[in-house]
Amino acid sequence: MSRFLVCPPDHYQIAYEINPWMDVKRGADPTVARVQWNALAAVLEKNCGATLERIVPVAGLPDMVFTTNAGIVAGHTVVLSQFRYPERQPEETPFEQWFESHGYEVKRLPPGLFFEGGGDMLGTRNMWFGGYPQRTDIRAYRYVGEFLGREILPLELVDPRFYHLDTCFCPLSGGEVIWFPGAFDRYGQAAVMERFPAEKRIAVPEEEAVRFACNAVCIGKHVVIPEGSPSTMERLEKLGYATHAVGLSEFIKSGGAAKCLTLALD
Amino acid sequence: MTHETIVLHGHIIDSLLLPKVLDHILQYGGSFEIAHIRIGKTREEPSDARIIVHAESPERLAEIIAAVQAHGASVEKEADCQWQEAPADGVFPDDFYVTTHLPTEVRVHGKWVPVKEIEMDLGIWLDRNDPAPHTVPMAEVRKGDQIAVGREGIRVTPLERPAHLDVFGFMGAQVSSERPHGHLITGIARRMQALRRSEARILLAGGPAIIHGGGREPLAWLIESGYIHVLFCGNALAAHDMEAHLYGTSLGLHLEGGSLAHHGHEHHLRTINRIRAIGSIEEAVRQGVITTGIMAACVRRGVKIVMAGTIRDDGPLPGVITDSVQAQAAMRATLPGVELALLVASTLHAVATGNLLPASVPTVCVDVNPAVPTKLADRGSLQAIGLVMDAASFLRELARHLGWKE
Repeated sequence: MSRFLVCPPDHYQIAYEINPWMDVKRGADPTVARVQWNALAAVLEKNCGATLERIVPVAGLPDMVFTTNAGIVAGHTVVLSQFRYPERQPEETPFEQWFESHGYEVKRLPPGLFFEGGGDMLGTRNMWFGGYPQRTDIRAYRYVGEFLGREILPLELVDPRFYHLDTCFCPLSGGEVIWFPGAFDRYGQAAVMERFPAEKRIAVPEEEAVRFACNAVCIGKHVVIPEGSPSTMERLEKLGYATHAVGLSEFIKSGGAAKCLTLALD
Repeated sequence: MTHETIVLHGHIIDSLLLPKVLDHILQYGGSFEIAHIRIGKTREEPSDARIIVHAESPERLAEIIAAVQAHGASVEKEADCQWQEAPADGVFPDDFYVTTHLPTEVRVHGKWVPVKEIEMDLGIWLDRNDPAPHTVPMAEVRKGDQIAVGREGIRVTPLERPAHLDVFGFMGAQVSSERPHGHLITGIARRMQALRRSEARILLAGGPAIIHGGGREPLAWLIESGYIHVLFCGNALAAHDMEAHLYGTSLGLHLEGGSLAHHGHEHHLRTINRIRAIGSIEEAVRQGVITTGIMAACVRRGVKIVMAGTIRDDGPLPGVITDSVQAQAAMRATLPGVELALLVASTLHAVATGNLLPASVPTVCVDVNPAVPTKLADRGSLQAIGLVMDAASFLRELARHLGWKE
């Protein structure tokens, strides 16, 4: 059973600009966004057998839809995020309340240490990676690693378009990884190649990377992926995954897609 | 050069963070030493590294530190230097820090400040009226002076191999009578020419064997030509130098021909007595009583002379300092600006001068007894040349390289 925390897009809009994707003037269409979000939820629940926990959206916190940035969950423990941008810092309180009211042991990082949860920390059962320095301070991984008893390999993100690790890196259940190598420096590329042999690495072409092909959700042998990434889907299918393309254009306008809209609860 | 210690903690090996940080240090023009590394035994266990980052300037160091901090490196927690008041005149507090002859810095109010007047085996004193700490000999400390104690907040920079690719740069600490001298003396002469052009000061500490062996003329020429700026000696070198002018002898032996002069053993006493009667060596030169030799050249060229006395000195000559603490203070006071020291044929003056000098000053020690240059070379300076040879031969060859004609 896979459970995810999601947040309906009741208050979703582009109210500020904190990454190169956001454009307040262009904005996002709330009706289309609602339709796309519902379609994603339906695919996750009906096609992939996932359970979705819905947090109550808060007016004035448009990016709360991107629940993956709330923290990182391992078993019954959550390490809460501390957002870099003041625009998103007020999200910390409702997410903290949700985890406390649902019986999680809540871990907090030292004040002032930025960490953006599942947006920057991804992994498999025994191999975790942490993106830095655009949103998360690399020093946060020391604490997260100790809280969760995990090895976390920091990877430097060097392209501002791929500001979170989950915009360019997606480990899969079968030990493969979808990634866009151009988002990493050469040390990060070497560290990924050391951990994933060539046949397990699915390098996404740039035109699909900018359509958020890496911002996918893997549930067993299902991969939910934003539409517009045919070559990535073809490679996934060859590896035996069932792919589900979902149109998420209104959310990509804010720099997020399927993965950003879901936080794995284990 | 300046440095700072950084620490890296976490999964720094497999993520290649450690090589990345080291590469960044080099790319930003710094260098590093890995002081400590501990690698996690399992994948979950983090690793640690302690790295000393060196840079040519504090600004460059700050750039490097800022660059590597983004990758998780943190500056090692540092404490200020601890100070305690001297309990009495001439007494350091217990646990006082003992200096080395290497460049030293102390941390005062969070800032690393270089210690002035570096010298080994002293204490470090922070004067309330002077933000820069400096070294202080035990005998000169006054009750209530703030003296560095313990080891926290004090760091010593090992000397780097000198950038000059001359004989000083290539010398190790080996001293042997079986090494050829010619190229070394050529190299010393080149360094002296360069120092004279740059108006740096050259010190010579010498013993009376210089006079007995025939080194008086070349040394006087070196002084007259502006190659020597400070002279350390005892009563004897000065006495025999002036005896040679007045009587043509050194310890009663004719310098020309080597025969014993009639009542020659009295000559140096009569010389000393004559100078005592005049009042000073400077006055004797001014009156034209002494016109040739080392002392006359020093007075004419304004070379600073420090004469330190020893037990059973004859006379002594006016100007010889008979209190050894005062003598070392006078020697110390002439050292600022000295960038080369020639220690020739005097065990006592050579060792004393060597111990007064910071390790950064190159030294040349010349003695027929290999024990003397060996002792000096063992001080840990990378710029110590030891020559086992006769003082006069050394001075003649050196002066010839610099243009002296016999």
